[in-house]
Amino acid sequence: MSTNRTEIVADERVPTIKIIREFDAPRERVFRAWTDPELYAQWVGPRSVTTKVTKWTARTGGEWAFTNLVDGQEVASFFGSFHEVRAPERLVWTFTWEGAPDGVSLETMTFEELPGGRTRVTGLSVVESFETREQILASGMEVGVVEGYEKLDELLARSA
Amino acid sequence: MARDQLSRVFAALADPTRRDLVARLSLGDATVGELAAPYRLTPQAISKHLKVLEEAGLVTRRRDAQRRPVHLEAEVLDQMTAWIERYRAQAEERFRRLDALLDRMAAEEDEQHQQREDQS
Repeated sequence: MSTNRTEIVADERVPTIKIIREFDAPRERVFRAWTDPELYAQWVGPRSVTTKVTKWTARTGGEWAFTNLVDGQEVASFFGSFHEVRAPERLVWTFTWEGAPDGVSLETMTFEELPGGRTRVTGLSVVESFETREQILASGMEVGVVEGYEKLDELLARSA
Repeated sequence: MARDQLSRVFAALADPTRRDLVARLSLGDATVGELAAPYRLTPQAISKHLKVLEEAGLVTRRRDAQRRPVHLEAEVLDQMTAWIERYRAQAEERFRRLDALLDRMAAEEDEQHQQREDQS
């Protein structure tokens, strides 16, 4: 079990969210898990959804799109452009949730080599307003609560 | 806490003077005069900052005659922290899945490497 901890920084002066996480894997492998559509789909969605990648050209100027499905039903779709793909150190893309089509965030992922074949990934998302940033932060609440209940269900089932 | 209140709390804390005031109030209630003392600001300027904090629900004023000390509503700060913590937990879960995937990728690479060695 990994002991790496995810760190979230919500800057008070600019509408950004920074997510920092280390991985016990070399940078090339982490970068591949982020840019290969089959691999990306395996980890990105919340546990309760299946991610179906519909467009994916992971090169500078390329495009991407994916849909989240629950029991085969579309629940959310996302799309954007690959602004820059610089293997294995930097990935910049735009990100839009189709539910808020005028909203777009610019996300920069930096993959930093650490000693011992480990990698630190820093994701910086810039959104258009503080209000949007707070909505994104608050969205964690709903999923977090739902998945929290699922865990509780599992725990209760085991102890029955 | 409603989303718009979360926005107000973030906006209120966007200012360094107001962050200072919150830090000072975390030690205990204080009057406007006491809060203004360490700054080159007039009590009026401090009152303006306090009004923003008050609108965000971060501070309240006690009805204590003239003194009316300012009180920090620490649980509003705690709620904000809880909110971000839930977002963090969600990201953490995603990255745990990535950890597991990276392990599987490593196992596959080892296997392929082994097969190549066996063939040669």
